Amino acid sequence: MRGREDEWTGLMRSAMAGDDAAYHRLLRAVTPVLRAAARRGLARAGQPPDQAEDIVQEILLAVHLKRHTWDSEAPFAPWLFAIARNKLIDALRRRGRRIFVNIDDFAETLPGEAPQETASAGEVATQLGTLPQRQRDVLQSIAVESASIKDTAAKLSMSEGAVRVALHRGLAALTAKLRDH
Amino acid sequence: MDTDQLIRSLAADNAHRMPRVGAMLTMALLVAAPLSILIFATFLGVRPDVMTAMHNPFFDMKFAVTLSLAIPAIIVSLHLSRPEALMRGWGWLLLLPVGLLAVAIGSEAMMAPAMPMTMRLVGKNSRVCLVAIPAMSLPLLAGALFGLRHGAPSHPALAGALAGLVSAGLAATLYASHCTDDSPLFVATWYTLAAALVAAIGAAVGSKVLRY
Repeated sequence: MRGREDEWTGLMRSAMAGDDAAYHRLLRAVTPVLRAAARRGLARAGQPPDQAEDIVQEILLAVHLKRHTWDSEAPFAPWLFAIARNKLIDALRRRGRRIFVNIDDFAETLPGEAPQETASAGEVATQLGTLPQRQRDVLQSIAVESASIKDTAAKLSMSEGAVRVALHRGLAALTAKLRDH
Repeated sequence: MDTDQLIRSLAADNAHRMPRVGAMLTMALLVAAPLSILIFATFLGVRPDVMTAMHNPFFDMKFAVTLSLAIPAIIVSLHLSRPEALMRGWGWLLLLPVGLLAVAIGSEAMMAPAMPMTMRLVGKNSRVCLVAIPAMSLPLLAGALFGLRHGAPSHPALAGALAGLVSAGLAATLYASHCTDDSPLFVATWYTLAAALVAAIGAAVGSKVLRY
């Protein structure tokens, strides 16, 4: 457990220093832990576990947009779990349940409990459809078609800078829509 | 969109850098301050006898009290803008102005009273104080909330209340240079009421706008 969390902290430091691959690895590494915790939280609230992926995606978006609040001298896991807990509580509250979410839900993931498969989620996809055309095209190209920023710029006849701006605005808008819907 | 696809788009956006919350808060307060100063200059202004008042330690004490509210409130609000932050170990900072006031009230009580206590308490400006401090706070409160929106507070209402204390402390610093009531009893009563009002507004608005 300790080793895993130290590895996360190291990856996040590299990510903040500009290493996109480290960031990608980190997000992939934390996702199964978040998914297991979301399932447990839903189960405890008597909700079907199939909404877990929506919650996972919301957590990942919040992690991304708030990563400047992480102090690179501090361990990454407590910061991550605080955001996850906050988002899980929000999600359960929106579904009409008030429940105490235990921080240990995140820290104590049993090995083998976390399903590795990636599931698709409905909410992000739905909100994606309400974004401005430009942002939607850019997100579609980068996320779904796994094109690079450069290729996306060429394909959509935009500058790379404009693609970056549209990507970031799209992600920020998605997060706001998920929070407020 | 499946989660792997979302992660791919997040990683592609890794180059995007946000300013630290402290930088955003500073900038937002600097943008808001001229509005509060405009309210001050238009309706209040510095008291005419300010040169002599500066020799009165109780006049100077007002600034110590208001700044000892504003500065710790800034520090604590920045601390709480981190999602994993706890109030534990930080709350005492907010007691600094209370301690200063207690000392000031004590020293005033030991001196020969220039005025009866009720006059020192009620003063001549209690109503102005209750209107002016919140009014000058509002632009600063909007700025503080805007700046703190870049954070990720786990308790948005608490963070909003602190934004209220930040703005009330700064507005009260302006107001202190206008007000001719220098008794610590007056400050402890009316400044506190005004700050509590602004903190309540901050908590109510913060619980909506500081969710992330």
